[in-house]
Amino acid sequence: MSTASPSAPTGTEQTSTATLKGAEIVLKALVDQGVDVIFGYPGGAVLPLYDALFQQNQIRHILVRHEQAAVHAAEGYARSTGKVGVVLVTSGPGATNAVTGLTDALMDSVPIVCLCGQVPTHLIGNDAFQEADTTGITRPCTKHNYLVKNVDKLARTVHEAFYVARSGRPGPVVIDLPKDILVSEGAYLPPQEIAHRTYRPRTEPDLAAIDAAIDLLETAKRPIIYAGGGVINAGPEASRLLTELVELSGFPCTLTLMGLGILPASDPRYLGMVGMHGTYEANLTMHGCDVMLAVGARFDDRVTGRTDAFSPGSKKIQIDIDPSSVNKNIRVDLAIIGDAGRALELLVQRWKARKVKIDREVIGRWWEQIECWRAVNCLAYAKTDEVIKPQYAIERLYQMTRDRDVYITTEVGQHQMWAAQFFRFDKPNHWMTSGGLGTMGYGLPAAYGVQIAHPDALVVDIAGEASILMNIQEMATLKQYRLPVKVFILNNQYMGMVRQWQELMHGGRYSESYSDSLPDFVKLAEAFGATGLRATNMSELDDVIRKMLDTPGPVIADICVDQLENCFPMIPSGAAHNEVLLAPPDRKAGDSFASEDGMVLV
Amino acid sequence: MADKTAPQERHTIAVLVDNEPGVLARVIGLFSGRGYNIESLTVAEVDREVGLSRINLVTIGTPMVIEQIKAQLDRLVPVHSVRDLTENGPHVERELALIKVYAIGENRAETLRLAEIFRARVVDTTAESFIFELTGPADKLDTFIGLMRPLGLVEHARTGAAAMSRGKEPF
Ligand SMILES: Cc1cc2nc3c(=O)[nH]c(=O)nc-3n(C[C@H](O)[C@H](O)[C@H](O)COP(=O)(O)OP(=O)(O)OC[C@H]3O[C@@H](n4cnc5c(N)ncnc54)[C@H](O)[C@@H]3O)c2cc1C
Ligand SMILES: Cc1ncc(C[n+]2csc(CCOP(=O)(O)OP(=O)(O)O)c2C)c(N)n1
Ligand SMILES: [Mg+2]
Repeated sequence: MSTASPSAPTGTEQTSTATLKGAEIVLKALVDQGVDVIFGYPGGAVLPLYDALFQQNQIRHILVRHEQAAVHAAEGYARSTGKVGVVLVTSGPGATNAVTGLTDALMDSVPIVCLCGQVPTHLIGNDAFQEADTTGITRPCTKHNYLVKNVDKLARTVHEAFYVARSGRPGPVVIDLPKDILVSEGAYLPPQEIAHRTYRPRTEPDLAAIDAAIDLLETAKRPIIYAGGGVINAGPEASRLLTELVELSGFPCTLTLMGLGILPASDPRYLGMVGMHGTYEANLTMHGCDVMLAVGARFDDRVTGRTDAFSPGSKKIQIDIDPSSVNKNIRVDLAIIGDAGRALELLVQRWKARKVKIDREVIGRWWEQIECWRAVNCLAYAKTDEVIKPQYAIERLYQMTRDRDVYITTEVGQHQMWAAQFFRFDKPNHWMTSGGLGTMGYGLPAAYGVQIAHPDALVVDIAGEASILMNIQEMATLKQYRLPVKVFILNNQYMGMVRQWQELMHGGRYSESYSDSLPDFVKLAEAFGATGLRATNMSELDDVIRKMLDTPGPVIADICVDQLENCFPMIPSGAAHNEVLLAPPDRKAGDSFASEDGMVLV
Repeated sequence: MADKTAPQERHTIAVLVDNEPGVLARVIGLFSGRGYNIESLTVAEVDREVGLSRINLVTIGTPMVIEQIKAQLDRLVPVHSVRDLTENGPHVERELALIKVYAIGENRAETLRLAEIFRARVVDTTAESFIFELTGPADKLDTFIGLMRPLGLVEHARTGAAAMSRGKEPF
C-alpha cells in the first residue's frame, strides 16, 4: 500500500477548462481516487455536498448514526481492504464527534480521509453557528489536516490528502471545507504523478542493512521474529513473505495484537500473541532471545512491560517505515527504514542468494526450551458444565465458523483479549481491533465497515456488554442497509477489564465497574429490527451460535458468561516479561501485584 | 524511556518548512503534546518565492529524546528538512536582545562602560534611561543582562537563537 503511491499531487497548476462547483469537485476527486463508499452524517455546512451526492450514483453513502461511528466504520473498511476509508461530517459537533475516531485511526495507523464541513470563510473566527476550530482541534489527532480557502486548490488538496493518508505510515487526514468553497465554481485537476513537495517517506530499505540483518540472524542461537501492524499495512504480500521467512529460517515468531493473522495461527512456529496478555511462551522467548527481528511493530508499552527489563540480552533489528518508531521506547542495534513488504522481499531474496544455513542443532535446543514454556499451557482455563466460560464461547465460535470467510472485530476489554487469544487467524486483514487507543464502541461500526467491503463474508463483533452500549445506535445502520453483522456479546455484567485490575491491584474495591441496569439485549435487538438470542448456560451455547450463524440478518447474541473470570496470562503494568502472572492456582488469593511504578501505568 | 538516567544535552536544530498557515502550531503542538522542552524558537520566511520558512530551535533532552524530536519533526508533512547543528560539526549561533536600563547620576557612566565592553549599541536614550541592542551567543546576553540587573534593568526582549553551520555548505 505504501510502496505504490502513484498519484502524489501538487506541482504546477494544470487547470482543465471546465469549472465545477466545489462540492462536485470533491466528489469527482473522490471518484478519481477510486472511492466507492463513504460513511457520513449530514448537517448545514455540508448540505452542498449532500446535494451533489444526491445527483450522482458512483459513490455510495452510508448514513451512520453518530460521527464517531463513521470513522470506525471507515477504519473497518480500510483495514479489511487496504484502501483509504472516507468519512463525511458536518461542521462543529459533527467534527468534534469524529475526534475519537480520528485519534483511534492515528494510533493504529489506519488510512482515513475525513471531510468536514465548516462555516463559510468570512465567518471563520466569529463563533458562528456550529463553528469549531476543526483544524486546531484535529491537529494532534491527525497525520495532517487542511483548511481549504480557495476553490481552485480544492481538487489538489483532496488528491494530496489521499496521498498523505496512504503513504509511508498511514493515518487519518482531515479536510476542512468551508461552505462557500463548496458552492463556488473552480477548476478541477485530476490526480497527477508529481512528487510531493515535502512529504516523501522512504519506502526502499538500505541493502547493506538487509545484509547486516542476515549476518545477525544467521548466527543467532536464540532468535525470535516479532511482527506487528506495519506488516498488515504493507499489504497481504508482506504477510506471505514473513511466513516464508519463518519457514526458511525455522525461527519462532510472535505477533502483536495488531498483527494477528500475519502468520497463520496454525503454523507450528507461531508462539501466540506477545505482551501484557500474550502467551507465556511468546513473552519468555522474547525475554530470553539473543536476536530479535521486529517487523512493523513499535515496542508499545503493552508489549515491552518494564522497558529496562525488556529482552535484556538481545541484539535488536527493527524494520519500520517511520523513523520515529525506532529507538523510541527501546534502543535497537540495527534499524532498517522502509516498507515492511519491500524489506521482507529483500530479506528473503538475500537469504536465498546467500544460501544461509541455520545450525539446526543450535536452534533445536532453543525450540526445546520454548516447548517447555509452551507445555505450561498458559491459556488453560477451568471448564464447567453449567456456567459458560468466556474463553470457551470464543473457542466454540471459532470452531463453528472455521469453514467460513470470517472477519472479527472487537470492542475493548477482556472479551477483546480472549478473542485475540482464542480465535485463530490464518490470514491478514481479518482481525480489526482498537489497539493503540483502546476505544470502547469501535467494534460495531468497524464491523459494518468490513461488511460493506465484503458483503458475502461473515462479520462478527466480539463485544462486551459495556462497550457495545457506546455505539449501540449503529444497530439502526445495520437495519437500514441490511448488513448481517453478528454482535456476539460476552456479557459478564462487569466492565470486566476494569474489575480485573481492581481485583489484582486495588484490593478488590470494585468502584463503579458493575454494569448496572443493563438493557435486555434480546429485546434491544428486536427494537432495532434485528434478531436477539441469548445463552445462559453451556447447554444453550452451541444452539445460539448456530442460530446466529443461520440467521440471514443482523443478530445480537447475548452470551451470559462467568462474571468473575479473569484474563490470563497477564504481565502487570510495569513488570518484566518473566514476571508474568498465570491463571490460578499459580496465584494466591490476596496477592498484590501492584508496584508503585506499575500502579500509575495503564 | 529507556535512557531516563542519560545526561541531558542541549541541541540547536534548524528546520526548513513550507510557509503555510498552521505550520508553527504543528511544531509547537508537537513539543507541548510530547512533553519536549523548547529553550528558544525563532521562525521567519527565508524564501518568499518558494514559500519557505526557517525555524531555529534550541531544545534540551537525553540523546534518545533528541533523536525522537528530530524524527517527529521530520514526519510533519510541511517539513522539508531537519538539521541538527549541534551534531553536524561547528556552527554559529546568535541572538539579539533589546535591554532597557534605568540610569541616572553616576550609574549612567558605569552602565555605558559595561555596554561598551559588551559592544552593546545604544538605540534609545533619555535623561533617565538607555535601550541597548546586543547581539551574540545566548550566554553573552545572559551575562550582560545579569550585570544590568543591579544597575537598573527595567525590561528586556530577546529574539531567541538564529543558527547556521560553519563553512560553505548550505543548511
Ligand atoms: C485492553 C488492551 C490490551 C492490550 N494488550 C496487548 C497485548 O497483550 N499485546 C499486544 O501486542 N498489544 C496489546 N494491546 C495493543 C497495544 O496497545 C498496541 O496497540 C499494539 O501492541 C501495537 O501493535 P504494533 O506494535 O503491531 O504497532 P501498530 O500500532 O500496528 O504500528 C505499526 C508500526 O509499523 C509501522 N508501519 C506502518 N506501516 C508500515 C509499513 N508499510 N512498513 C513498515 N512499517 C510500517 C508503523 O510506523 C508502526 O511503527 C492492547 C490493547 C488494549 C486496548
Ligand atoms: C471509551 C472508553 N472508555 C473507557 C475505557 C476504559 N475501559 C477499558 S476496558 C473497560 C471495560 C469494558 O467492559 P466490557 O465492554 O463489558 O468488556 P469486558 O472487559 O467485560 O469484556 C473500560 C471501561 C475505554 N477503553 N474506552
Ligand atoms: Mg463486560
